[in-house]
Amino acid sequence: MKKDIKKRNTILTIILIGIIFAYMLILQLNSASHSYAISIIERSAIYAVVAVAMNMLTGFTGLFSLGQAGFMAIGAYVTAILIIPVESRPTVYYVNGIAPWLANVSLPWWLAMLLGGLIAAGFAALIGFPVLRLKSDYLAIATLGFAEIIRAVIAAPGLNQITNGSYGLNTIPGYHSIFTPVIVSIICIALMVMLLRSSYGRAFTAIREDEVAAEAMGINLFKTKELAFIISSFFTGIAGGLLAIYMRSIDAKTFQVTLTYTILLIVVLGGLGSVTGSVIGAFLVMGGQEWLRFFDEPLTIGGVSIPLFRAGFRMVIFSILLMVVVLFWRKGLMGGREFSWQGLINLFRRIPQLFRKKKSGEGAKNE
Amino acid sequence: MNGSVILQQFLTGISLGGAYALIAIGYTMVYGILRMINFAHGDIFMMAGYFMIFSMAVFPWYVSIPVTLAGTVLLGVVIERVAYRPLRTAPRMSVMISAIGVSYLLQNLATYIFTAIPMAYPSIPFLKQIFQFGSVSASLVTLVTPVLTIVLVIALMQIINHTKAGMAMRAVSKDMETAQIMGISVDKTITYTFIIGCLLAGVGSILYFTDRMTVYPYSGSLPGLKCFVAAVIGGIGSIPGAVVGGFLIGISETVLVSLGYSTFSDAFTFILLIVFLLFRPTGIFGEKATEKV
Repeated sequence: MKKDIKKRNTILTIILIGIIFAYMLILQLNSASHSYAISIIERSAIYAVVAVAMNMLTGFTGLFSLGQAGFMAIGAYVTAILIIPVESRPTVYYVNGIAPWLANVSLPWWLAMLLGGLIAAGFAALIGFPVLRLKSDYLAIATLGFAEIIRAVIAAPGLNQITNGSYGLNTIPGYHSIFTPVIVSIICIALMVMLLRSSYGRAFTAIREDEVAAEAMGINLFKTKELAFIISSFFTGIAGGLLAIYMRSIDAKTFQVTLTYTILLIVVLGGLGSVTGSVIGAFLVMGGQEWLRFFDEPLTIGGVSIPLFRAGFRMVIFSILLMVVVLFWRKGLMGGREFSWQGLINLFRRIPQLFRKKKSGEGAKNE
Repeated sequence: MNGSVILQQFLTGISLGGAYALIAIGYTMVYGILRMINFAHGDIFMMAGYFMIFSMAVFPWYVSIPVTLAGTVLLGVVIERVAYRPLRTAPRMSVMISAIGVSYLLQNLATYIFTAIPMAYPSIPFLKQIFQFGSVSASLVTLVTPVLTIVLVIALMQIINHTKAGMAMRAVSKDMETAQIMGISVDKTITYTFIIGCLLAGVGSILYFTDRMTVYPYSGSLPGLKCFVAAVIGGIGSIPGAVVGGFLIGISETVLVSLGYSTFSDAFTFILLIVFLLFRPTGIFGEKATEKV
């Protein structure tokens, strides 16, 4: 019996993966006409990586960090600087020129991205020493401050020859295929899931549940927190690199606090402590932002134009959505659980029951 | 740099610091009672800027100021009622996420209603009068800000130390449950706290934007964070601490800008925060808290 269920789940998983890849292949083969769908999927996959990385800290380890935008900025800038083609650098740095030692340094995109992640992790290790000793809300404000410092440093005139200051970087070579960002994201998320399932991951959860008890069980609090912080920042940095290649032009304004808030929205919507929740949340939020674009367009029903619909309405709806989730549906979509086929089947089985209950309830009222 | 330039910068710094101090008090009082960072406070301050713009379009300045303050207080109380009160028993992280959500909502709402283009802040002719002291010139608002800040803080200290509502506030911040047992209405006390915090943020907003001249939907977020840092540096929960922290940050920011490091003036605030958290996490006036298991 149990074996059958397992077999059924494996088959369903393989079918799902097959469908997804077939869909992406169709999109890729007709990339000219499907460029819109491709860009949404790429963006969602990238945000899924950051969301899972943030969830690893906030949902699993219980460290409320708001420094995501800063670490993404580090990863994005390292990647972008190293992969902009050498011949187009003079036009990118046309105002201040590029630092001579950097002018001819160029790396393949994956190596640059890895380096970006490592540098982000290095900064996390440094900042972790003072910051991780703080309690929850101080940690949030200190990491938020750190992200602001990174942004100020990137835009600083002193670094003009490296980061191009407030002019930003452009002509970053983009993706040739939808599979590149999606596969990199899948690898990143798989690595994080493996970590969360290892003894380290159990230690993270133990810290979230009760720091004192975890310490009594022999977990080195500071080391474990630092590990979670460094690894989360590493993947955030990689996601930053992915985002830089996706956007093809970045500047310091790309990495404002709002970016962190969007990621937080994804994590909260998906459910704190659920990896699949974060992935689903990323696709919902990114897809939703595109699908709900009609909110930003003027709407006319039967000759009457509705005044509510104009630029910016979409973001208002999004923030109201976040508030509704936080206030009434605190667990989010998955609520700390992971996606499973059994769960999905149970959900479908429950639907007719819900109807039946409602009906009997109504009947009782009528009597 | 000669004496008069230094004096000029010093005046600007004190004026900015006064506005920061008024906002920081809101943070420190809410944190003292609810143990949460009210991330939306900076955005309430921004909304107060817009309220002033629109009321000035209709009323003269002496009517606009009370209208703005009333609007700000109402906004703050509604936010507390809708977004924070239902989460009173929830984990602290939920409340913080809710506060971030409110801040996100207010920013997006302001972008939607008022567009992202900076709007000109009306100048109050009375506050804009220029005074000349030898080679130093200053508008009245620069001189009024620190004085008004000190007066308001003294009044606030009187309220907190000598009235029944103030006593209730102190009791609730010490121990919410015991205060409730003693017959203090916790919800009412928290509402009073938000009223005072938002009132001061409204005053701070008028003083700050009269100097800055424009308001845009994100003009509250960075000053908000800076004022929270000011509250932490001064010792969270302590009102004199918030004032000292506000002046400290305002003056150091002006000094950095005048020395030509304006890009780092924002970052410096956060470096100061991290240094303080490392060496004196309780701030200048903070009490030492013992960790209970």
